[in-house]
Amino acid sequence: MAESPPESRPDAVSARGDDDLAARTRSGPGRLLIAVYAVFALAATARSAVQIGTRFDEAPLAYLLSAFAAVVYVLATACLARGSRTSRTVAAVSILVELVGVLAVGTLSLLDPAAFPDATVWSEYGRGYLFIPAVLPLLGLWWLRRSATR
Amino acid sequence: MNEVVATTLTVVALVVAVWAAVLMLAGKPVLVNKWHGLVALGGVALLELGLLGQAVGGIVAMIATDRELDGFSFVGYLVGPVLILPLAAFWALAERTRWGPGVLVVGCLAVPVMIVRLRQVWEAHG
Repeated sequence: MAESPPESRPDAVSARGDDDLAARTRSGPGRLLIAVYAVFALAATARSAVQIGTRFDEAPLAYLLSAFAAVVYVLATACLARGSRTSRTVAAVSILVELVGVLAVGTLSLLDPAAFPDATVWSEYGRGYLFIPAVLPLLGLWWLRRSATR
Repeated sequence: MNEVVATTLTVVALVVAVWAAVLMLAGKPVLVNKWHGLVALGGVALLELGLLGQAVGGIVAMIATDRELDGFSFVGYLVGPVLILPLAAFWALAERTRWGPGVLVVGCLAVPVMIVRLRQVWEAHG
């Protein structure tokens, strides 16, 4: 937080600072991170759409959680790619929700497997997805922190 | 679904992923005016053509077969990789660092995963 408050700078400088921040958020390792997020957003959205559209009664809790996870991934992807101050905040919140979600659902799915007759992305800490769902939020938070300052 | 096509596409996807990983480790961005960048993009284009063929063939096979099939998932896993690859190429070309080919690695590795799921749905295990 070495930057001076926006109101003390001329608008042009402030706007360029915001452009820099956005460019920084979506380039370098951020570009790879957003790509992985996008794959998960697409996969989770498509999968939960099929689950809810064709067999919702079989495992309502699991399928609602799948849909929730999909929304979180889509939000995180879009906000990271946009990279403005506001969208970075939204990204940080959705990534925190993602972290809590994968830990909570991961633990619950081990303690009470009967509640999850069909798997979600976050079941068993994302084991069906090579544990990427558990690692991704940590990388996301790390990247938001690292790209915050030059 | 055609096993030979699915296996061939898996191998091609892995080969292109390895090549992109080599570029990433060597710190080479994906550039259209460099031979190594063209090889990567050519590989992606070849893979995309094959995936399009698989999607068409797969949908025809789905209509022709009389086995029980989760049609939505099957079409999803046929069309998904066809959409992912061009997006990955576009996203990779916008990056002028080693992380550009990194994006291609992610896009290419998604392909074999989706082909595995496609097989499972076809064999009704999924």
